[in-house]
Amino acid sequence: MNNVFYLLLRRLRVPFITMIVVYAISILGFVLIPGQDDAGNAWRMDFFHAVYFVSFMGTTIGFGEIPFAFTDGQRMWTLLMIYATVVAWLYGIGSMLALLQEPVFGRLLRRRSFTKEVAGFAEPFYLICGYGVTGRLIVSKLANRDIRAVVIDLNQDRIDDLEMDSLPIRVPGLCADAALPDVLDDAGLQHPHCIGVLALTDDDNSNLAVSIASKLLMPKRMVISRTEAEVTTANLLSFGTDQVVDPFQAYAGYLSMAIHTPYKHLVYDWLVNPYHRPLSSVYQQKQGRWIICGFGRFGRALYKAFKADDVFITVIDAKEQNVNQTEQQIWGIGTEAKTLEEANIHDAVGIVAGTDNDADNLSIIMTARGIKPKLVTVVRQNLDANRLVFRHSGADFVMEPGRIIANQIMAQIKTPLLPVFIDALNGYDDVWAHTLLNRMSSVVGEDELDSWAFVLEEEDTPAIKMALEEETVIKMKIFLKDPRDRSQMLPGFPLMLRRGSEIKILPGELTELQLGDEILFCGLSKAFTQVEWTVNNYNVLQYVLTGKDANNTLLSRWFNTD
Amino acid sequence: MNREKVIFAFFIVLALTLNFGFFLGEIDKEIHHNVFELFAALVVSMICTVLKFGDRTHLGALMLATSLVADLQLVIAAFLWGFAEQISGGMSGSMMSSVVSLSGGALLANVISVILLVVETIVVRR
Repeated sequence: MNNVFYLLLRRLRVPFITMIVVYAISILGFVLIPGQDDAGNAWRMDFFHAVYFVSFMGTTIGFGEIPFAFTDGQRMWTLLMIYATVVAWLYGIGSMLALLQEPVFGRLLRRRSFTKEVAGFAEPFYLICGYGVTGRLIVSKLANRDIRAVVIDLNQDRIDDLEMDSLPIRVPGLCADAALPDVLDDAGLQHPHCIGVLALTDDDNSNLAVSIASKLLMPKRMVISRTEAEVTTANLLSFGTDQVVDPFQAYAGYLSMAIHTPYKHLVYDWLVNPYHRPLSSVYQQKQGRWIICGFGRFGRALYKAFKADDVFITVIDAKEQNVNQTEQQIWGIGTEAKTLEEANIHDAVGIVAGTDNDADNLSIIMTARGIKPKLVTVVRQNLDANRLVFRHSGADFVMEPGRIIANQIMAQIKTPLLPVFIDALNGYDDVWAHTLLNRMSSVVGEDELDSWAFVLEEEDTPAIKMALEEETVIKMKIFLKDPRDRSQMLPGFPLMLRRGSEIKILPGELTELQLGDEILFCGLSKAFTQVEWTVNNYNVLQYVLTGKDANNTLLSRWFNTD
Repeated sequence: MNREKVIFAFFIVLALTLNFGFFLGEIDKEIHHNVFELFAALVVSMICTVLKFGDRTHLGALMLATSLVADLQLVIAAFLWGFAEQISGGMSGSMMSSVVSLSGGALLANVISVILLVVETIVVRR
């Protein structure tokens, strides 16, 4: 860690030696050159006076000719030595400044201060590798929830972005290769407060390296990685990565759910996506034949997911290696009406523009809608910079890989109960999902549906733990009462109760709770901030339970005795 | 032959020899101890210190430490000499013996420095 100091010393060797030599020669000269005292007697300067004189001459302070006026010989030596010492000083200071301006030195200093800052963290934090679209979204969401994060990215521009982004809490960032273990170590991989590692770079190998390093050093800590190839997915899962997000597969599953079970799809969308789709989107006709333009990674994932749900598909692709991979395939890009006609667009219900070119995708959508306006359109957005155009494209679904990954990962980070609930959804039919959706809709309207969870333990809910230990009966409804006025209900409701391995979906308000229960809620986020009062403050909890605003201090108990 | 090594060894040995030359003689006799030799020993010792900067090995750290000790002893000796001559009114026998014994301490540090240099050379065997 003393790298910086050593570098400084090593580079300053020559200037230091120059300075010592110049001073030594100068002092020696004054001692050797004969002079005169004020009475005209021969006098030689001793070392004491020579050092004194050279010290103020070299620094150009100049007190004059001390202790006696100089002879011409001494003056000549002074003249030479003034220039020699000044040049030596300039050389020394110049080298020091040049060193400070060197990029290597700056990098070393930044790395050092970053490491120091991370080592000083006393709260839990996430280590995020890669500050692209996904990383940025996740960091800002974490920061809004007051969760700390540390960012590593290979690109200095992105680290600059991080510093410009006005986040509510400070997030230290370092420009370095996250695939290197010592970089990860400096970023807090072995820090006791690091609660999760997110490998979000756009390079699968780096993500793999980060995940392996984390799992090897800290096997129990959560690791979430993004991936773009199935091989990597299998590899990541083989050593116990907690969550692997493949944007294409995730979106394919999401889309096929939208076609198959529209209400369940909406429940999922509302829980996971902050900008959820309106209820009215369900009424579109989606069952029927679909056209997929582009048979790359996304096209393939979609094809597989649709096939599993028995949807008829026509594929359009122009790349040689993709030709004749499926039964029904048309050669072409799909941007021309002719190709689309060939694919029988008139009796298709939907079209997916899934090529890796944003302009092509938009063109496909426009052409297709020109031919058949009622078509359901899905468009893949590759570059985040094109967001504005895509938002106004009028497509029914816009697939942004970065956002999909961010939403999925945030669902996991918010509460591990949410994925459990989403899994449990599979056991219910679409009618049930419709009822649930109506309930959600009546609670939040068009606002963002937030979700949160409590574990009835000391850490999460100290007040409730105290009450339960006093054998008070705690029912589910206390989580829904407004702590400012208990006759009001908060905008939220319980989704799931987990007690040991037993899972209860949509538990009733009168369910009695026990220590160790895990409860998942959904609703507006302002309900969450209110209910935190109830679960953390014993007095507030007493008010919510009994309606009495009791203050349990010694003094108030004494006052209230009679 | 490595030019850098030659310079390095040259200065370290020179620091020792100059220091030894100054130390030689009866401890309280001023005529046995030349002021120029002390000056040269001090300057060379300082150059040695700077040459040892930036070596990150354990041996390098040790060498730097011995050099700093020698510097410290010689600077104090030089100060003492200046004090005796200019302020306390002339060099006395006791002052002279203090100066020389201080330089003796520096000599010991320089000897260690040379031993370390030899050890390093033997270990590297090139």
